[in-house]
Amino acid sequence: MSTVKLDITKEHCPMTFVKTKIALERMAVGDVLEVLLTTGEPLDNVPKSATEQGYTVHSTTQISADVYQVTISK
Amino acid sequence: MSKKLSIIAMSGDFDKAIAIFTLASGAAAVGYEVNLFFTFWGLNIIKKNTGRSFIGKGLMARFFNFLLGGRKNLPLSRLNFAGASPHLMTAMMKSRNVATLPELLQASIDLKVNFFACEMAMVVLGLKKEDFIPQVKDVLGVAKFLELSNDGQTLFI
Repeated sequence: MSTVKLDITKEHCPMTFVKTKIALERMAVGDVLEVLLTTGEPLDNVPKSATEQGYTVHSTTQISADVYQVTISK
Repeated sequence: MSKKLSIIAMSGDFDKAIAIFTLASGAAAVGYEVNLFFTFWGLNIIKKNTGRSFIGKGLMARFFNFLLGGRKNLPLSRLNFAGASPHLMTAMMKSRNVATLPELLQASIDLKVNFFACEMAMVVLGLKKEDFIPQVKDVLGVAKFLELSNDGQTLFI
């Protein structure tokens, strides 16, 4: 089991969730993805679409004023 | 319930190609099955040769395909300025950290978007499947496209 880190704080639609999905697809079952993202569209959509597609969202932690870390496992 | 988005990509405009691959990669990333059906000018987007080349069967087709060019020759639908604008637009997109056309195309490929080419338009332009990028899965007509897009959302761009 390994942990992959992904920073999408500088990305915009659709690359926020596109990069998250590509990272999740490349991981093995049981691996954990830590995504750094900003509030607004990425925070609204990344955890939601991950859950919808059967991934497990473990936590959403505020890092700074508008940056959150979302932990997802495959 | 499986979700599906099918896009008829008829325009060979740069900005519309951006829209096509933004929707395609975005939809694929949120779990949609995505089908792209390229027809007429849209075929320029998926040519293997990204620049201008005399491809196609027949003299007229070869001239047409040279003038139309490939992915690097797509014009902006407005304010094209003889082909300068797509380069300026790409530079603006890069400086603002927005995905460019090659990045969106690659993301669509990585997320297993299905690419199809229109049989009839290929005949008109004298093109064959080998003239396109290898991700083009099949050459289709209307009946097969309707079958593929059935029970999903369809867009015409």
